[in-house]
Amino acid sequence: MIYFNNVTKAYDEDSISLEDINLTINAGEFVSLVGHSGAGKTTMIKLILAEERPTDGTVFFESLDIHKLPSKDITKLRKRIGVVFQDFKLLPTKTAYENIAFAMEAAGKSDEEIRSDVPHVLELVDLTPKTHHFPHQMSGGERQRLAIARAIINQPEIIIADEPTGNLDPINTYEVVQILKKINDLGTTVILTTHNRGVVDSVGKRVITLEKGRIVRDDKEGKYVI
Amino acid sequence: MSFLDTKRIIRSGFKNFTRNGVVSLASVLVTTITLCVILSIVFLQVILNFSLTQIKDKVDVTIYMTTTATEDKILAYKSSLEQLPEVASVSYESADEALAKFKDKYSSDYLTIQALDELKDNPLGAALNVKAVDPMQYESIAKFVETSMTDGDGKGLIDKVNYRQNKLVIDRLTSILDGARILGLLVTLILVVISVIITFNTIRLAIFISREEIGIMRLVGAANKQIRGPFIVQGMVCGVISAVVTMIIFYPFTLWMGNHLANFFGMNMFEYYLSNLLQLFLIVLVSGVLLGVISSLLAIRKYLKK
Repeated sequence: MIYFNNVTKAYDEDSISLEDINLTINAGEFVSLVGHSGAGKTTMIKLILAEERPTDGTVFFESLDIHKLPSKDITKLRKRIGVVFQDFKLLPTKTAYENIAFAMEAAGKSDEEIRSDVPHVLELVDLTPKTHHFPHQMSGGERQRLAIARAIINQPEIIIADEPTGNLDPINTYEVVQILKKINDLGTTVILTTHNRGVVDSVGKRVITLEKGRIVRDDKEGKYVI
Repeated sequence: MSFLDTKRIIRSGFKNFTRNGVVSLASVLVTTITLCVILSIVFLQVILNFSLTQIKDKVDVTIYMTTTATEDKILAYKSSLEQLPEVASVSYESADEALAKFKDKYSSDYLTIQALDELKDNPLGAALNVKAVDPMQYESIAKFVETSMTDGDGKGLIDKVNYRQNKLVIDRLTSILDGARILGLLVTLILVVISVIITFNTIRLAIFISREEIGIMRLVGAANKQIRGPFIVQGMVCGVISAVVTMIIFYPFTLWMGNHLANFFGMNMFEYYLSNLLQLFLIVLVSGVLLGVISSLLAIRKYLKK
């Protein structure tokens, strides 16, 4: 589904953030990208989202060369990818319900679809009692679950979670990982970046370890080894 | 844009307006002040124009006829005056009317009345009262009359013209009127520009506070119109509320002015306010909504460019 072919990304000659990456991520996989800060995890994600261009090599999303797409097709591509951020990026003046409804409105969904889908997804992430709460009235874990709900509402083919548990305590971290696993069980590809050992070990799926811009390990049922 | 999009944008705009309570309040406050300035200027212009017309009305040129002039000839001369493009109106006062007026004016002055009664004939001639379209034109009207005194249809008809005596007053008045008008316009312009800039900056600040939100909306995949729309609706709501508040503020204000300053201005502001309520409201409503919408549009443009 996602293919990195000999990808190198250098911001300038002295700082190479990815070097000669070859990688295939198949549909339905749960991939954990691990590594220290600055290992290149976030750069890989930015390449998939077309926020950055590779210095060398190509990145494909199925048959599309991501970095040769015109800008309106990039918007379409991004709609096929749901993203969860470490700092949640929720709309502060909208309730939980409205945050999700807004993502559906942006995707051009009808009011009927919004009315039927939003309660479902809120139930999926266990936020039904918080339907009409604003983000500032929710805990960190609840906010991240809401962000995940927003990321999956338009049924993307991939969920990218960039350090989703960075701001959470162990219990909330566990819950978020469980939700991501559940989403993956339903058939969505999940790419998770983290440097939390517990998270990686509890998932027990494919682990790609990055170090100084290179892939140093790629284990089918991996553990966090650095 | 589809009906669904419009409905969502309007709903979201109203919600944002009520949820950003303090920021909305600040925007309404500043917009109200601007609208108050605009409405005050409207009133000022009305007072100024009213005073100007009143003063203009008081200026005229009187042509005193000789006592021998017959009424037919005077009326013929009157109609020839009326054909001049500079002349707004000419009123005729017969010798008898002039006498009656004179007697009325000096009714308490026994000596004068007695002296008048000693005379068998009416010593006063008829008079023509000429009003010009513009105070500037009295000069040319007076010239016309003066030339016709020596040769033309006015010969032997006209005793004297009082223009030369009034000239100084008329000239001074004309220049004061012009000055007042220019000054009024200048002050208006400066005040409006200042208040518009202040309002624009307040609304820009309100949108600046939401810049992160705008970024998130883009991230979620919202189109520019979906992001821009609610802010424009917010600007509109702010304009409408400010217009209503402004009209409410001016009710007691003009009531007080009407009660206390009607004699000073020569007109009752409160009556003017009531009889032109709809037009005045339209002025502040259109100004308020335009101000809100244009400020929002300009302010948000910056965050949608990237």
